[in-house]
Amino acid sequence: MAEQTALAEPHDAGGAKPDRAVVQDALGVGIAVGLSGFAFGVTSAGGGLSLPQTCALSLLVFTGASQFALVGALAAGGNPFTAAAGAFFLGVRNAFYGLRLSQVLALPRAVRPFAAQWIIDETTAVTLAQPTRRAARIGFTVTGLALYVLWNLTTLLGALGAEAIGDTEAWGLDAAGPAVFLALLAPMLRTTGERAVAGIAVVLGLGLLPVLPTGVPVLVAALAAPVVLWAEGRRRADRQPDGRLEDQRDGGRDDRRGGRQGEGR
Amino acid sequence: MNVWIAILATAVGCYAVKLIGLLVPTGVLERPLVQRLAALLPVALLAALTAQQTFADGQVLVLDARASGLAAAAVALLLRAPFLLVVAAAVIVTAGVRAMTG
Repeated sequence: MAEQTALAEPHDAGGAKPDRAVVQDALGVGIAVGLSGFAFGVTSAGGGLSLPQTCALSLLVFTGASQFALVGALAAGGNPFTAAAGAFFLGVRNAFYGLRLSQVLALPRAVRPFAAQWIIDETTAVTLAQPTRRAARIGFTVTGLALYVLWNLTTLLGALGAEAIGDTEAWGLDAAGPAVFLALLAPMLRTTGERAVAGIAVVLGLGLLPVLPTGVPVLVAALAAPVVLWAEGRRRADRQPDGRLEDQRDGGRDDRRGGRQGEGR
Repeated sequence: MNVWIAILATAVGCYAVKLIGLLVPTGVLERPLVQRLAALLPVALLAALTAQQTFADGQVLVLDARASGLAAAAVALLLRAPFLLVVAAAVIVTAGVRAMTG
């Protein structure tokens, strides 16, 4: 870690970004997304969760997609463990964010358990966009703090609002959950592989819904990811075979020649 | 009670994966295959959840006002509308269609 800090020092001295600019970026993201806690509070209360349950989710889970998934599964009458499993799998991506951030932020060991709760899509996006370690630390802290405070405050207001409104479906608020999922999903659909995963998952999720217990079809749909990954791996192996196919030497040589021709074109 | 069990299980699980990323040595999670799987897993889950929460009523598939709301959200996304506007479009169109078809 000392090494990383030392490496970053000259970088810090160079093209630094003013602290104020970092704080502005961070506050912008924190406030915009923090406000969508309203949608969560309303959806959760509309789904039948109590006020303390709704607030506990935002305080303790603090990762939007998992929270929406959990209240959706519980509202549909799912088993608590299948519901939690779906929410958990959605949260797994945060582990990979943490990995990137631990290199960028180089946090002391004692701070990590506290910083961990703020590792989500938005704080990662802001932090990784910063040019220096100082800017990254400011960006992470300000985005995290603004989001955590606002997300919990708006969750509370949303849940109270939903109780005051009464019939949330008449107001179309049951459409907020799927719209949030779609908004999170859309930027992820960049390659054919990602679109294939989404398509297969939709077919599995809807097709299995009438026949499997509530909550289980989503978990089965998650298998679309390894299936497409496996198909991608096979296609790559077919296209560019290397010396690994030594037990079929002739075939391997033919393939290599094919590969060279391909490169020439 | 069941709801609290689900909440606590989710909270513990989600916090654990966040902390793991900060604590594990670099390299373990950096294999390309693992990274690719981690990127594709949310795609599958979000797609399935979007479809289910739009077209499911319990364990029955239905086509109702929510579908028009989601279509509105999709249009808003194509127009690069901000996050809150996307959600608002879905809510308003769903409410409108429901009020008209009542």
